[in-house]
Amino acid sequence: MTDTAAAPATGSAPARWNDYVVLLKPRVMSLVVFTAFTGLICARTPMSPTLAFVAVLCIAVGAGAAGALNMWYDSDIDGLMRRTRARPIPMGKVQAADALGLGVVLSLLSVMMMGLAANWLAAGLLAFTILFYVVIYTMWLKRSTPQNIVIGGASGALPPVIGWAAATGHAPPNAWLLFLIIFLWTPPHSWALALYTAGDYAKAGVPMMPVAKGAASTRRQILLYSLAFVPVAIAPSFTGLGGPLYLAVSGLGGLMFLLLATRLMRSGSGEADGAQDGLYSVKAGSKDARNLFAFSILYLTLLFAALLAEHALGLAPLVQGLKGLS
Amino acid sequence: MSDPLNEEPEAAKARRRRNLVLGLALTAFAILTFVVTIVRLGGHVADRTF
Repeated sequence: MTDTAAAPATGSAPARWNDYVVLLKPRVMSLVVFTAFTGLICARTPMSPTLAFVAVLCIAVGAGAAGALNMWYDSDIDGLMRRTRARPIPMGKVQAADALGLGVVLSLLSVMMMGLAANWLAAGLLAFTILFYVVIYTMWLKRSTPQNIVIGGASGALPPVIGWAAATGHAPPNAWLLFLIIFLWTPPHSWALALYTAGDYAKAGVPMMPVAKGAASTRRQILLYSLAFVPVAIAPSFTGLGGPLYLAVSGLGGLMFLLLATRLMRSGSGEADGAQDGLYSVKAGSKDARNLFAFSILYLTLLFAALLAEHALGLAPLVQGLKGLS
Repeated sequence: MSDPLNEEPEAAKARRRRNLVLGLALTAFAILTFVVTIVRLGGHVADRTF
């Protein structure tokens, strides 16, 4: 990527260094860093700040590498969708082969460094996460089943477990509870977005739930997943992980989440014809889908922020001494 | 000296920037590896036998 092979397609601007940063999906990376750091802190195990920093950096770089490999493989369909057509490969700024090289090199470096800085359980989990996202989700599930983001969501849910494993060398049930929170959060979050971007997915041949099963079925499944998700989101209050602040945030936020999911279920979101202008500029019929999508991001952020805040403030968990959970 | 790659000035500038950032990233990686090694060795680094 440093020679003229990086030269863009005729007529477009030459690749800048920050085009390669865009390949790493910085916004996704920031959420991954946040949840991984929360997992590391929740482990309540003393760790060298330097090694903790390196461990989180490895998770961030590993996630970025997975993002680059995703953009390499999906470069054919990214150009067809409004949300992704401005990415560096469809724009002709970066060649797909360069994204592949960047992704492979960063994957190897991040996993090896994690093993050296923390431990090989964390490194193994990081390698599994990258492979799962690229091979299982991107290459296999994404284009073949409407359950793509349900199963593929596992890769996005693993960072807190990796953070926990980096700090302690093991992954107890409470770490997997954080995994389960993100895992069950992913379907309502992604399908709410898909309800008002279904046209794009259909054009690209990606069988997202609204494309494959229709809007009504998707709205019903969003509500069902929300009913499963909210109790799990509240559960850390009773497993020795969350304190009173977490209980308040997860409980009140959970009620709001269910309210929005119910409103979405009763709405006609995803039914109307016409294209949206962007993620936050949607036709009136899809307002309920947009509201749930936006609130889902806020809710997940608040859940992990509450856990971090409680640890920073030294607030004790509501339930103590549940052996084997942490 | 003529440019053997026959690049446009803008392309040459972008390539130099990319190489500079890659060089900095490699340097940062080398430093990171050194720091991790020292921290992992901890106090034991002084106990080694020759």
